[in-house]
Amino acid sequence: MIIRTLVALALAALAASACTTASAAQLPTHIGIRIHYSHFDQTKIDVPMGVPITFTLVNDDPIDHEWLIGDEAFHARHRAGTEAVHGDRPNEISLPAFSVKTTTLTFDKPGPLTFICHFPQHEAYGMVGVVMVKP
Amino acid sequence: MRRFLAGFAAIAAALIATTQPAAACAGLIGPNGAVNLLRTTTFAGYHNGVEHYVTSFQFAGGSGQFGSLIPLPGVPDKVEKGGAWTLQRLIRETTPVKAFDFAVRSMAAAPQGAEVLMQVRIDALDITVLKGGGAEVGQWATEHGFRLPPAAPEVLDFYANRSPIFLAAVFDADAAKARGQQIGDGTPVHVTIPTANPWVPLRILGLGKNADDRVDADVYLLTDQRPALLPYPLGNGMRLDHSAVATTSLLDDLRSDKGMDWVPQSGWLSKIAIDASASQLTYDLAVDAKGTSPSRVAAGLQAPASQTGSTGQPSTDQIALIGIALAAFGAIVLLRKSQPVIG
Repeated sequence: MIIRTLVALALAALAASACTTASAAQLPTHIGIRIHYSHFDQTKIDVPMGVPITFTLVNDDPIDHEWLIGDEAFHARHRAGTEAVHGDRPNEISLPAFSVKTTTLTFDKPGPLTFICHFPQHEAYGMVGVVMVKP
Repeated sequence: MRRFLAGFAAIAAALIATTQPAAACAGLIGPNGAVNLLRTTTFAGYHNGVEHYVTSFQFAGGSGQFGSLIPLPGVPDKVEKGGAWTLQRLIRETTPVKAFDFAVRSMAAAPQGAEVLMQVRIDALDITVLKGGGAEVGQWATEHGFRLPPAAPEVLDFYANRSPIFLAAVFDADAAKARGQQIGDGTPVHVTIPTANPWVPLRILGLGKNADDRVDADVYLLTDQRPALLPYPLGNGMRLDHSAVATTSLLDDLRSDKGMDWVPQSGWLSKIAIDASASQLTYDLAVDAKGTSPSRVAAGLQAPASQTGSTGQPSTDQIALIGIALAAFGAIVLLRKSQPVIG
């Protein structure tokens, strides 16, 4: 519990820095996202293009979630997908209950990408967020 | 848990909850993702400080396992097979014309780890009584192969902050078929819970539903005198359909069923109809069986004064919530993880 609290505090600090208006060069490269009561604590995140971005994902719920980031075609596939567990691809992260995972992505195109939990009912419940890649 | 003193006026509270066909599923979802029309019917009686629940889990066909996680007001003394006609008789009392038809259609159907207090097998039903906070009970469910709806973490905490006792019921459809149970056959379960006042969880009925989905349920409440209710059922998805002295024939019939000899000689019967959108159900039904002042905390309108944390003992206030926690008709319906998660 203490570890989760410390991680949550660290994520809050990261989140605060992520929310700061800045040029792409000043945007954070480490992002913390906490899941609590089946909601992402951040739903709008700006990141710079062309540099590795590390996401620390904390599932604070007693149920499983997932964090899948991509474009609309990507999410259309996952809405109809059958993969029980993700993990081989850095943009598809399975998050068991009370787990913490880290993944690093480099975005090579500007524009919005959406991150969603595609477990049944979770997207409709609000588990959706947007990463805006800034040139 | 406290029992009322001997000689204290008999207090009886009874609840039966039934749900209407399509909207009644309370999020019960089959392994293939399709809504399963399983539903449960519950009777809860309160006498001399002891709550008696008779809940029927009805076999709706199919295969695999389905489950419900139900908040309880206190630790049960025992869980056993219930009587045969209690539920149907209560329904008939207020809907005499449709009674038999309705009965046929009725689908009676952790971080530290939750503490398992009791495990009972009744026919094709596995029942586990758990003690723990929302996270712990949710984790127990996850570790036992269930997938909870996304609202479950918040709703489990909502209930655990008032009473850390839950009843997990798993209906094994394959075992039911092996036992020769037919579709529509119910398994009545009688739960005996020492407690101090009735409480009917309603918010849980919306679990697993979309905000605009309808929740329809009937709550039958039997007390020894006219009860005080909070919220008073005059709006926001609740209405009072029946409020009168319980008939002697009803009480006699209930008393004659298996395990029902505790039913008092007199009582007051109320029927509360729930006709709400899932988003409306942000409250529970608090009952003061003595007709004075039901608890705002029990109604979910106010947080407990001192939440003891996810594993804490219930406070006096929390104990006083008591209740008809067996919202078995709504329960927190879980989905076995036997099928791949879509994603």
